[in-house]
Amino acid sequence: MGDILANLATGWATALTLVNLSYCFLGVLIGTLVGVLPGLGPVATIAMLLPATLTLPADSALIMLAGIYYGAQYGGSTTAILINLPGESSSVVTTLDGHAMARQGRAGAALATAAIGSFFAGTVATFVIAFLAPPLANLAINFQAPEYFSLMVLGLIGSIVLAQGSLLNALGMVVLGLLLGLVGTDVTSGTQRFTFGLSALSDGINFVIVAMGVFGIAEIVRNLEDDETRALLVQEIRGLMPNREERRRIVAPILRGTTVGSLLGILPGGGALLASFAAYAVEKRLSPRGQEFGKGAIEGVAAPEAANNAGAQTSFIPMLTLGIPSNPVMALMIGAMIIQGIRPGPNVMLEQAPLFWGVIVSMWIGNLFLLLLNLPMIGLWVRLLRVPYDLLFPSILLFAAVGVLSLSNSVADVYLLALFGVLGYAFAKLGCEPAPLLLGYILGPMMEEYLRRALTLSRGDPSIFLLRPISAAMLFAAALAVGLLVLPAVRSTRRQAFTE
Amino acid sequence: MRRPNAKDLLVGLLFLAFGSAFLLLAQGYPLGSARRMGPAYFPQLLALLLMAIGLLAMLRALAVAPTAIGRVAAKPLLMVTFAVLLFGFTVERWGLAVASVGLVLLASAAGSELRLARAMALAVALAAFCAAVFGLALGLPFPILHFGG
Repeated sequence: MGDILANLATGWATALTLVNLSYCFLGVLIGTLVGVLPGLGPVATIAMLLPATLTLPADSALIMLAGIYYGAQYGGSTTAILINLPGESSSVVTTLDGHAMARQGRAGAALATAAIGSFFAGTVATFVIAFLAPPLANLAINFQAPEYFSLMVLGLIGSIVLAQGSLLNALGMVVLGLLLGLVGTDVTSGTQRFTFGLSALSDGINFVIVAMGVFGIAEIVRNLEDDETRALLVQEIRGLMPNREERRRIVAPILRGTTVGSLLGILPGGGALLASFAAYAVEKRLSPRGQEFGKGAIEGVAAPEAANNAGAQTSFIPMLTLGIPSNPVMALMIGAMIIQGIRPGPNVMLEQAPLFWGVIVSMWIGNLFLLLLNLPMIGLWVRLLRVPYDLLFPSILLFAAVGVLSLSNSVADVYLLALFGVLGYAFAKLGCEPAPLLLGYILGPMMEEYLRRALTLSRGDPSIFLLRPISAAMLFAAALAVGLLVLPAVRSTRRQAFTE
Repeated sequence: MRRPNAKDLLVGLLFLAFGSAFLLLAQGYPLGSARRMGPAYFPQLLALLLMAIGLLAMLRALAVAPTAIGRVAAKPLLMVTFAVLLFGFTVERWGLAVASVGLVLLASAAGSELRLARAMALAVALAAFCAAVFGLALGLPFPILHFGG
């Protein structure tokens, strides 16, 4: 306990500097903005802003980027409640009861519930990270190449199992991502691989280009696909605070949502999206008002909103302690660390203690900023919704192109961006989620390196992965996850859970 | 025989094509052995795995009911892609400002209805912003405006 307090004190010292407070504020402000704006998500935004963080110190950069992610969870719920349009995929379930409440004139109470639930969950999640991160990092510090390789296998398999859609497609996307990640110069032999002799490819394809192409550009084309003009019927907001009866009703759902969200955020493939869906399903079953869900039950807002924020934050645990991304945003955070010259893994906590704890404490501060930003200033965000998409998407496209150009001042990167945009759209049309591709892409070179080292250690004998207990346990868990999913019974419940 | 599921068939073909391409290209690099992995070792392993996944997806295409791929938004896809390509093509030759205007105008045309005056205003405003921020403030080594070769 004393250690945790000392660690958090280290974090306070980093997070409370004026510079880092400003970047934290900027991060959650941008996060709320992209959360409110439909058609622009945190992945594309973080990818776009990554080149700009090159000039910042590592702690400021990570604090700001983290703020964008959890800030977007707040902003996304605002649009979900007010205009029945989830700004983020993790607020899809909030539309069900949140918008129903808005139609009954209780928009203010729904917004306040979302903000209070999120703040409470964010506070708890900060402590969960502070408690769980050190033991996990201490466990991982003794990992050698075989354990790391198996951990990455488990991480990738986990992200597939919990992903939406076809398992086979997701597996293919992971493998394709791993392969694309190998493009460029092989670190061990110096061989140029898959570069077609192009100097633009000799350092590999910058992962910002991949992320911006498959998430940013492909998303724009998909939005333009359905021409429907968005009807903006913003309800007038009266009475921001929930009444006494409502206050009593949201306590248990917020607690349950926080628990579900914190747990699911830690899992590979977890994060805000999964957490919100699961919390809604759990709450619907447990709540005495389960039958009112979908008709404006405040419990149906409180639980998923608490869960998505808790999940967004605890998904930092595997990223910070093990160097394993559980979702595309975490993959980008790992990329940001690599750009800053930090090797992701358990060493970060020991060698970069101020940075590590600074980022964690900044999350709590950021949640406080978000509470202030969102509740009194809700009217301002609502006005932002009136920004028409025909002005928005050309701007996003331009910033993506200029951002990619500024990565290494290479026009070839811009052409690659166009290529990945087309690829991303094709994959989306064919029902292949882009997230596993990006995770594989980040882990590709690391996995190859660990495989090489492990096999050198064992003189070429692959049984090393099964003879070492921790490695074997992780591979077993991965196999179990796949095995469970292939069972028809589990498959149908999973499908049900995602369609519900 | 029933018609195969077009979506799964295409997914399978795509994975198979990527897998074969990587496998073919990897033949040019030393394979090494498990004890001493060469640059082709891991990619070849992955390429074979991807091809197997592709084949499985194609087999699945025969087993499941056909589903529609849905309308392909050809116009937005082409316009947005060309807008990005045009930006890359023009930025060195005519400068950041011209490239920005070109991208915004072409992209705007990808929408359902093009309102020219509105798109022009947006293009000019964004070009000025980009020239100021990226050209002047951040010092991107590309001309802002450049004419005549």
